[in-house]
Amino acid sequence: MLKIINGEIYDPVNNINGEVREIYVDKGQITASVAGGRTIDAAGMVVMPGGVDMHCHIAGPKVNTARKMRPEDHRLDPAPRTPFTRSGVGKTVPTTFVTGYRYAAMGYTTAFDAAVPPMAARHAHEEFSDTPIIDKGFFVLMGNNEFIMRQIAAGEHEKLRHYVAWLLQASKGYGVKLVNPGGVEMWKSLGNARSIDDEVTGFGVTPRQIIESLAEVCMELRLPHCAHIHCNNLGVAGNWQTTMDTMKALDGRRGHLAHVQFHSYGGRPGKLFTSRVQELAEYVNTHPNLTVDIGQVLFGDTTSMTGDGPLAYMLHQISGRKWVNVDVENEEGCGIVPVEYKDKNYVHTTQWAIGLEWFLLIRDPWRIALSTDHPNGASFIAYPRIIRLLMDREYRREMLKHVNPKAIAKTTLPDQDREYSLYEIAIITRAAPARILGLKNKGHLGVGADADITIYDKNEDKEKMFSSPRYVIKEGEVLVEDGHIRQETYGRTLYVSPQYDPAVEKDIREYFDRYYTIQFENYPVQLENYLPRPEEVAID
Amino acid sequence: MTTLTLKLQPKAPLEGEAITPDNFLGKPAAAIAGLPAMHGNEPALLGDFFQVDGDGSEEIVLVGDLRRVKSIAAGMTRGTVIIQGDAGMHLGAGMRGGEIKVYGNAGDWTGAELAGGKIYIRGNAGHGLGGAYRGSRRGMNRGLIIVDGNAGNEVGAVMRRGVIAVAGNAGDFTGAFMIAGSLIVFGQMGIRAGAGLLRGSIVSLKPAELLPTYRYACTCRPDFLNLIYQKLKREGMSIPDGCATGAYKRYSGDFNRSGKGEILIYDQR
Ligand SMILES: [Zn+2]
Repeated sequence: MLKIINGEIYDPVNNINGEVREIYVDKGQITASVAGGRTIDAAGMVVMPGGVDMHCHIAGPKVNTARKMRPEDHRLDPAPRTPFTRSGVGKTVPTTFVTGYRYAAMGYTTAFDAAVPPMAARHAHEEFSDTPIIDKGFFVLMGNNEFIMRQIAAGEHEKLRHYVAWLLQASKGYGVKLVNPGGVEMWKSLGNARSIDDEVTGFGVTPRQIIESLAEVCMELRLPHCAHIHCNNLGVAGNWQTTMDTMKALDGRRGHLAHVQFHSYGGRPGKLFTSRVQELAEYVNTHPNLTVDIGQVLFGDTTSMTGDGPLAYMLHQISGRKWVNVDVENEEGCGIVPVEYKDKNYVHTTQWAIGLEWFLLIRDPWRIALSTDHPNGASFIAYPRIIRLLMDREYRREMLKHVNPKAIAKTTLPDQDREYSLYEIAIITRAAPARILGLKNKGHLGVGADADITIYDKNEDKEKMFSSPRYVIKEGEVLVEDGHIRQETYGRTLYVSPQYDPAVEKDIREYFDRYYTIQFENYPVQLENYLPRPEEVAID
Repeated sequence: MTTLTLKLQPKAPLEGEAITPDNFLGKPAAAIAGLPAMHGNEPALLGDFFQVDGDGSEEIVLVGDLRRVKSIAAGMTRGTVIIQGDAGMHLGAGMRGGEIKVYGNAGDWTGAELAGGKIYIRGNAGHGLGGAYRGSRRGMNRGLIIVDGNAGNEVGAVMRRGVIAVAGNAGDFTGAFMIAGSLIVFGQMGIRAGAGLLRGSIVSLKPAELLPTYRYACTCRPDFLNLIYQKLKREGMSIPDGCATGAYKRYSGDFNRSGKGEILIYDQR
């Protein structure tokens, strides 16, 4: 039992904007009252729900391959053991333990890995089992799945829906993810999709059909989260048109566009790289079926990891740095390459500005989530700095002096005066991502919500304020005090179990016998062995 | 002068990165003895293993069998460290200035990612001498390393600037992935010298088995070598007769990469 008194509460779901109220916690949940237990006096402090990261890369084989690939990264950031925590390493691809600790120490209590091939689900769950404190889940890559493309080509929409439900059950995943739909399959024969109307080699379908069908299926299955889309042509100059086409193709269906920063470029490859956020943001502003996360870039060294194999190859060609390319049989691909964003670089400055433009041009904060696409744009550790950039106009102007002046002059960023309030920050870092994910018990402090609470000391320097909360409470336990982890616990794994017609299994089994190197029986992840604290999120 | 005499042989590796002139300067002997040093996974003090004589100064002398003391003088920027005995791994790694002299052997990763200063080893050096740590984009990036004895594998790997001279033999992958700089081996080089070489010069006074991605270009008498030999002589290295003025066969490579680098093999005839 726990009582938090005298704190300024920022709880946008319940329309509480900085009022001083009391919060009661019992049995891991927010309750209407408690008798006894610890009291935290939060006088002069800011109280928010725990942070929710709806798009990051923290578990599974691609993250682990990046770890193996970047010993130089780890050497710079050892995280020694403490009486409460295990040792590990940090930097751009932290170990599982350090990932959990650092999210928690920053006041984030939930995070979703955005790209797990179903074939690798077991590995992702194993890493989740070693990721302390936070609740977590993942989206299952489906945008280049050969079985899916066959069903779409054959017009078998029913079977497609049953298969998607089966695949979510088999992988114990949370949502449906599309990465460069069709393009990764084309990359396997050295091509790529350049528009959503290119035909995927050998399948007779287009990215447009994949986007439409899967967005539709997510709605038909009433999944808590809609189709989560990484558009075609990520990172390519002129790709804003593809992004616009994708949003239009959704045609009123719900859709979440991931790391839109990487998809908002004007110009042509090699020429006139510019920002086209205005047109795209305006489209999102006027289409309530769409939500976005940003994928903000910050200057410095990081690691790009993606299901988008051809993108990693492009980045490798630009920088000449080491890279990894993977073909996940029948399902997906993957690419990893280290990246350094430089503030004097024209393209990198433009990317940095584009992310901030998105934050400042989207009018409804409920449809936007703060993300760096960790670690693609920057590590999640950079979130407090982004918050400062959004809340502190003067700091933003100061930063503008250090970036490439030519690039910045071509964006609208110098003209943007908007400053985020604490209430709006509470929306884009917890309330909105929780709502977009369909998590009813997270992102707010109403009665019945999970007691995941972050308490910050007030500070004019918002980066300092948000980097080391005074208290972090997870499921009612005070785990972080004065910036240090005092206790190690393990959070839950969130997954969905949509219903399907078992008759579809016959076809899937035949498909496995014919094309997979893994047996059908060995494919599904067993709940009891791989999810130590499973929580099925209900479908309504 | 500050003298540290090993009085107790560590059972596990002792992390010695506190032993630098930068760190000692202005500290009384007692404070130096109180500096932290991890012993295996247990926190310990320098004074637990060393007898400290003299207050902190620009010159440190270490005495004893220090093969289990790692990272001595790592990252130092000034002063002199003299080791009377053998030194452990990572000696002078990431060092930026000053001088280290070892009257004995040095372990693996000596002078790894050196950024400045001089290291002189009278005995043998281990693997990764002046090299790059795993995954690094750059190894040694300035400075001078001289070894009177032999060196192990990956000498000067991914080197960017500076000079390494080995009087004896060097192991496999000598100068692998070098970006620039000069690497001179008086003795025999192991296999795959200069693999992935971008630019820079690898010199050997003994015939070497080169990779097929190297091509004979010409026989020449490079002036820069003469200058380097003079420099090495001034530093106290003895230079074999004839090599300063003799002819060298120049092989271009690595053509797997740019082909802009060279391996110079002393023409004995
Ligand atoms: Zn992502």
